Amino acid sequence: MERIPILKMGKFLLVSIQVDMHDRLALTLQDELTARIVEENAKGVLIDISALEMVDSFIGRMLANIATMARILDAETVVVGMQPEVAITMVELGLSLPGVRTALNIEKGMEILNSLLQSETQDGTEGSET
Amino acid sequence: MELKVLKRSTFPIRSEEDIVKARQIVRNWANEVGFKLVDQTKLVTATSELARNTFVHGGGGEMMLEQVEDGTRSGLRITFQDHGPGIPDVTRALQDGYSTAGGLGLGLGGAKRLVHEFSIQSEVGKGTVVIIVKWV
Amino acid sequence: MEKAKTLYALLSGHQNEILRQWQKEQLAPGVLRSDLISPDELKQQMEDFLRYLVEAVKKDETEDMSSLEAWKEVRSFLTEISKTQAKKGFLPSETSMFIFSLKKPIFQLLQSYDTEDLEKFASDLWKVNTLLDQLGLLTMESYLKSKEEIIRRQQEEMLELSTPVVKIWEQVVAVPLIGTLDSARTQMVMENLLQEIVRVSATIAIIDITGVPTVDTLVAQHLFKTVSAARLMGAECVISGIRPQIAQTMVHLGVSFQDITTKATLAEAIKYAFSRVGYRISKGESTK
Repeated sequence: MERIPILKMGKFLLVSIQVDMHDRLALTLQDELTARIVEENAKGVLIDISALEMVDSFIGRMLANIATMARILDAETVVVGMQPEVAITMVELGLSLPGVRTALNIEKGMEILNSLLQSETQDGTEGSET
Repeated sequence: MELKVLKRSTFPIRSEEDIVKARQIVRNWANEVGFKLVDQTKLVTATSELARNTFVHGGGGEMMLEQVEDGTRSGLRITFQDHGPGIPDVTRALQDGYSTAGGLGLGLGGAKRLVHEFSIQSEVGKGTVVIIVKWV
Repeated sequence: MEKAKTLYALLSGHQNEILRQWQKEQLAPGVLRSDLISPDELKQQMEDFLRYLVEAVKKDETEDMSSLEAWKEVRSFLTEISKTQAKKGFLPSETSMFIFSLKKPIFQLLQSYDTEDLEKFASDLWKVNTLLDQLGLLTMESYLKSKEEIIRRQQEEMLELSTPVVKIWEQVVAVPLIGTLDSARTQMVMENLLQEIVRVSATIAIIDITGVPTVDTLVAQHLFKTVSAARLMGAECVISGIRPQIAQTMVHLGVSFQDITTKATLAEAIKYAFSRVGYRISKGESTK
C-alpha cells in the first residue's frame, strides 16, 4: 500500500508530502503520525507541503486535525512551505487553519520548534519538576 | 454571446483515485487553455471539492469537462453529475458550515467562491448536477 | 448556358476578374491605409483570401458557413488578418470593409450573368450577401477580441507597475499601496507580495496604506485575505499608514482589525518588523 514516509530528526518528526494524496492516504498519514508521536515521544512535527499543488477542505481538515491531536500528545506542529497560489486558494475557500503554526521552509520551521522546546524546558526547570 | 464548445470529455468519478485523477485532468486542461497558476489552483481545488461530493454524497457519478469560448473569453466548464439521494435544501447546503460528512462544510459554498459561474440542480431521490465555469 | 452555373463555377471562373475589381476598391486612394500596410502585402492578402473563399464555396454548397469544416481555413485566415489589423491600428470600419468591399465586384458579376433567371439571381444574391455579412461579422468579432486582449494586457501591466514589492532588509519586505484598491488590484498585490515573500524568504511583510484614500468593508476584507494567505505561508503581515479617518470608518463599519498587527506610520512598522527579525534601530553618530 502507498505510504507517506515519516522521518525522525532528534526530538522531531518530519513528513514531506510529495504525492497528490487521495483521501484514504491522508487519513492513514493522520493515524500513523499520531502513533509515531507517542512511539518516539516526539516533541514536534514538521509537515512539508511545498510539493502540494492544492489543499482542499479535506486535506485542510487533516492538517488541522494533526495539529490538534499532536498538541494533546504534547507535540507542536508546524506546516511549512505552502505555495502562494495554494495559500490564496485556501483563503478564498474559507480555510485559514487557525491554531496551526506555519513557516516558510523546513529550516524556519525547525527554528520555531526549537525555540518552543527551549522555552518549555526553561519553564520546566523554573517550575515544579516532578 | 453564444457559448462555443471546443473540446469535450467525460470521466467517471467512482473511487477516491478518480478524485485525484479528476484534479490532474483539470490541471492539464487548465494549463492548456492558459489559466494563470493561481486560477489553475482555484479550479483544481473546486474540482476536488465537487468530485468528492459526487463520490461521497452522490454515490459516484461522472465529470464532464468542456473547453468553452464565448466570443471574447475562453474558459473551462465542468459538470458533475450523480444519481444519488439529492440535496433536500440546496440553499442551506451552500452555506459555510453545512456539513453532512463531518467535514468543514466548505465544499459547495467554498467551490462556488473559487469559480466565476456556479449552478446547482438537485432533486431528492434523483441526484445532483453541479456546473461550474471559470474564465481565463 | 451561363445561367445554369453554380455559385462555385461562377466565382472560380471569374476569380481573377473579381480580384482585380476588389483590389481596385481596396487600393483606391483614401481607402488604402498606406501608412499601415503596403499595397503589395494587401494585394497578397486579398488574393490568398479569395482563393480560400472559392475553395470553401466548392466544399460547402450551402454557402451559409454551416459546415464548419469547409469554412475553417477562411475563418482562421480572416481572424488572423483582423487581429493583425487591430494591432496595427486600423479602424474597425476599415477592417470590416475588407470583406464588405468584396460585395460590389461579386454583385456586378451576378448581375451580368443571371439577369435571365430572376429567381436564381435573387437566390444567389441572397446567398452571397448572407455569406459576406457573416464574414464581415467575423472580422468585427476578431478585431474586438484582439483589442480587448490589448486592453487586458495593458491593464495587467499597469497593475504590476502600480504595486511594487520592495525588500527593505533581510527577511523584511514592504508594499506601499497608492490609489484606490479594487478587487483586481488587491488580487495582484496579494499575488506579488506572496511570491516575493517566497523569493526572498521574508518572514514579515509590511503593507503600507498611507496612499490609499478610502478603505471600505470590501477593501478591508481584501487586506485581511492577504494577511491570512501570508500567515498560511508562514509570514507575518503588518498594516501601516492607517489614517485617523480610516480608523474611524473602520470602527463605524464594525470592521475589526483583531489579530492583525497595525501601526500608524511606516516608520513604526519598520521598527516593529526589525525587532521581530532580531534587529534594533539605534541612533548613532551622524556622519554629516
